[in-house]
Amino acid sequence: MRSLILKEIDELIYGSMGIIIFIAFFIGGVVTIQTALNLNNPFLPKSLIGFATRQSVILEFAPTFTSIIMAGKVGSYITSSIGTMRVTEQIDALEVMGVNSLNYLVFPKIIAMFMYPFAVAIAMFVGVLGGWIAAVFGGYAPSGEFIKGLQMEFESFHVTYAFIKTLIFAFVIATVPSFHGFFMKGGALEVGKASTTAFVWTSVVIIILNYILTQLILG
Amino acid sequence: MIEVENIHKSFGDAHVLKGISTVFEDGKTNLVIGQSGSGKTVFLKCLLGLFEPDEGQICYNGQFYSELSTSERRDLRQEMGMVFQGSALFDSMTVEGNVMFPLDMFTNQTKAEMQDRVDFVLERVNLIDAHKKYPSEISGGMQKRVAIARAIVMNPKYLFCDEPNSGLDPKTAILIDNLIQEITKEYNITTIINTHDMNSVMEIGEKIIFLKDGFKEWEGTNKEIFKTDNEAVTNFVYSSELFKKVRQMYIEERN
Repeated sequence: MRSLILKEIDELIYGSMGIIIFIAFFIGGVVTIQTALNLNNPFLPKSLIGFATRQSVILEFAPTFTSIIMAGKVGSYITSSIGTMRVTEQIDALEVMGVNSLNYLVFPKIIAMFMYPFAVAIAMFVGVLGGWIAAVFGGYAPSGEFIKGLQMEFESFHVTYAFIKTLIFAFVIATVPSFHGFFMKGGALEVGKASTTAFVWTSVVIIILNYILTQLILG
Repeated sequence: MIEVENIHKSFGDAHVLKGISTVFEDGKTNLVIGQSGSGKTVFLKCLLGLFEPDEGQICYNGQFYSELSTSERRDLRQEMGMVFQGSALFDSMTVEGNVMFPLDMFTNQTKAEMQDRVDFVLERVNLIDAHKKYPSEISGGMQKRVAIARAIVMNPKYLFCDEPNSGLDPKTAILIDNLIQEITKEYNITTIINTHDMNSVMEIGEKIIFLKDGFKEWEGTNKEIFKTDNEAVTNFVYSSELFKKVRQMYIEERN
């Protein structure tokens, strides 16, 4: 089981780091530019750009936006891999051998996804870094002002809130696509349809949970 | 030995198995034949414990399946080997990994012991150079042999094969049939094969059950099937042009 979990961490988390870093970097940059372009009142300090970037990236973009991306990348991988095993009777083969197929296929994915907060932590850092680069090299705010904004009225509970959300989203990303793959019926065409359905439902569940959790934790 | 007593199985309104009773003896290759939709696969899945019959009993060497606890059922499953129609090899594992999988899951053998056993069974099915290849890199016939190796690696008491010859050329199909029969004799396994293939019926059908519309229409050996007067069996056996010609020649020769 340990080797299965490590394999899943490699495929689900480590294998997604490239896209997570890429998206976080540019989203951080875009948030900074958008904020800077909308703060054209000379009485507002430039440090607000850093503040807005930090809040946006930590509270929403890193945990929620990244989870939607992961629902597409990891979710469709989970559904299609388990669905293909269903179609090609590999799951029946496991059952015949006396293996608890649900436990064998899904449990390692759930455990592996508990590493997902580490990926989101990196997304937070890279997002803020992207914002800093956009601010400084785009000429929107001096480095000192941006960093001052980053440190302004920092509430560590916001990071805790983001990680609580992330853990729950991780569970959703592992289980909803697994359900759609494991209980699918049909052939290769249905595997594709199940992947799409899994992505849609995972995204819907994440969006709804995001609202409920925000209301419960911060409201 | 597997004893089947009056099993029924329905899915919604579809009554698929209608009171099938028979006995499958050790060391024999038992064939279940019949047209598509006759209930062969459902029957095999009931024998494997993947479907629970609505009525009737299945008894494995004196143990009634319905009376076994979950852990006893799991133990019984480990005495079963299954060769699926499409081989059902794990795509993400090499040939060696596929065959080693049941050993790794259910035994406490050391890596070296498992390797020895894997080498032995792969050699037994005449696969020597394919250890490190993935299922997608080998032919259909080789995949079937890997599936047989995986099915026998745990020394099963029961071997089930769902259309082991489908998609294979006649020569390879005969090789697979002979391999299954040799293994059945060698390890005194109760082997049950679902097939459409009349060559298999002729070659290895020590006991044949013919299913029609969920009923057991006929039961006998490969010698008896060509002499039976049962019209449904005759229509099935002589449905191909080749067998019609063979039968015509047989009748002409007899007259």
